[in-house]
Amino acid sequence: MTSWIEACTTDDIDAEDVMRFDHAGRTFAIYRSPDNKFYATDGLCTHEKIHLCDGLVMDNTIECPKHNGRFDYTNGKAMGAPACINLKTYAVKVDGGKVLIDIAS
Amino acid sequence: MTSIVIIGGGMAAARAIINLRANNYDGAITMVTEEAALPYDRPPLSKASILDENTPEPILLIDDSIVTSLKAQVIRGVAAISIDRSKKSVALANGQSVNYTKLLLATGAKPRRLTCQGGERALTLRDYKDTIELRHRFQPGQKIVVIGGGFIGLELASSANKLGCTVTLVEAQPRILMRGVPEAIATIVHDRHVAAGVNILVGIGLKSISATAVLLNDGREILADTVIAGIGASPEITLASEAGLELNNGVACNENLQTSDPHIYAAGDCCSFLHQTYGKRIRLEAWRSAQEQAATAAENMLGGSKVHTNLPWFWSDQYDLSLQIAGMPDMGPITVSRKPSSDSLVLFHLTIEHKLIGVSAIGIGNAIGREVKLTEMLMAKNMHPSAEQLADPTVQLKALLKG
Repeated sequence: MTSWIEACTTDDIDAEDVMRFDHAGRTFAIYRSPDNKFYATDGLCTHEKIHLCDGLVMDNTIECPKHNGRFDYTNGKAMGAPACINLKTYAVKVDGGKVLIDIAS
Repeated sequence: MTSIVIIGGGMAAARAIINLRANNYDGAITMVTEEAALPYDRPPLSKASILDENTPEPILLIDDSIVTSLKAQVIRGVAAISIDRSKKSVALANGQSVNYTKLLLATGAKPRRLTCQGGERALTLRDYKDTIELRHRFQPGQKIVVIGGGFIGLELASSANKLGCTVTLVEAQPRILMRGVPEAIATIVHDRHVAAGVNILVGIGLKSISATAVLLNDGREILADTVIAGIGASPEITLASEAGLELNNGVACNENLQTSDPHIYAAGDCCSFLHQTYGKRIRLEAWRSAQEQAATAAENMLGGSKVHTNLPWFWSDQYDLSLQIAGMPDMGPITVSRKPSSDSLVLFHLTIEHKLIGVSAIGIGNAIGREVKLTEMLMAKNMHPSAEQLADPTVQLKALLKG
């Protein structure tokens, strides 16, 4: 089962950046990669539950603003201490300028 | 059979074990720690571990399953009492000894004690059991006096205030955070504490501490149910000193984190080392530095020759404010100010040659994390944007980095 939710528009995020999206008590991070693809992950770092939207996007990685835990936001993979647990990722599609994420994926 | 022995049980010790195995070392690893617990995370001890409603357990950096999977032997609750460098052996308080091929000193630091009359009455914070004691004492209405306006003192004042205590903080220097924090940022922290109701007294010394009060040099008496000293820490060097290792504000290491004995290395709070970027010896009491130094020491104990040039970085959380400092602000007499938003401030520190050498920043939540990280990357790449570019919040630091 899928559950597509509109998170933002493509213009809301610059290339190589991230924004926060809250929905139904959950928080997500939506990314736009340097080559203008969109991705989505859980919004909180798996280390100490810090909002990743304040973090730094460089290429395909997001770095937590608090303790520098890093993840590959395209697949959620934790890239070393203190981040040891992978981030959950969500399917994303772009439809007429809208960025939709499948919060059931 | 090779044998690497690690003395200490904090962040550096834990990361050394992980990094030795990550570097494919397959010999023996023995960690000796005086503490009963496996290595745990210390930053929460002054904050979340005190504020949490339920008594928290230590947050382990390596748990039993990791210790087992990394084939490390951990000797807990036992002090190392001496190092015999000629026999390459460490004697333990339980009468045993452990031989080493390489030894890592990760002995940490210990809180400085007050020397005034009654100074022994003041509590200090270093480990989990100290936090548990403070939790018991931080009850609503309790009168808490914190001696020292450094990070530990201020974080404890913030925690005690949040729990409804009446808090007074006494600092002997003319202002709080005198060491390593620019005045503009210290002022923001000071004002936030005052707004929360903490009474801050600066530029005043202590005369004595009694069972019920703190007596100040000017004759004032402040009633206190609990007195806490947060006046800094000294590197734990007893073993190194008795073993005849060179000391210099800690266990003196070269740029490879090797001590004056080529078979012995040091990492973490106890380690002072030559930092090539800054051309001087530094010692860091910081969470990330301990991890990075452990990684360098592990690599070099296995025959590497890595020069430790990682940038100093640390953070502090008080109320809703978060502060981060990277590089060496003290080495930059020129300050350039940037206001990324109304409630955040970033100060860049430049040498007289206008080279970027440090950054200090404060903001609500993690508002300044990104700017500090990008500044670190600029410094690591030895890039030196102009003061005008740094001051202009419309000039993206990331764009400067990509030049």
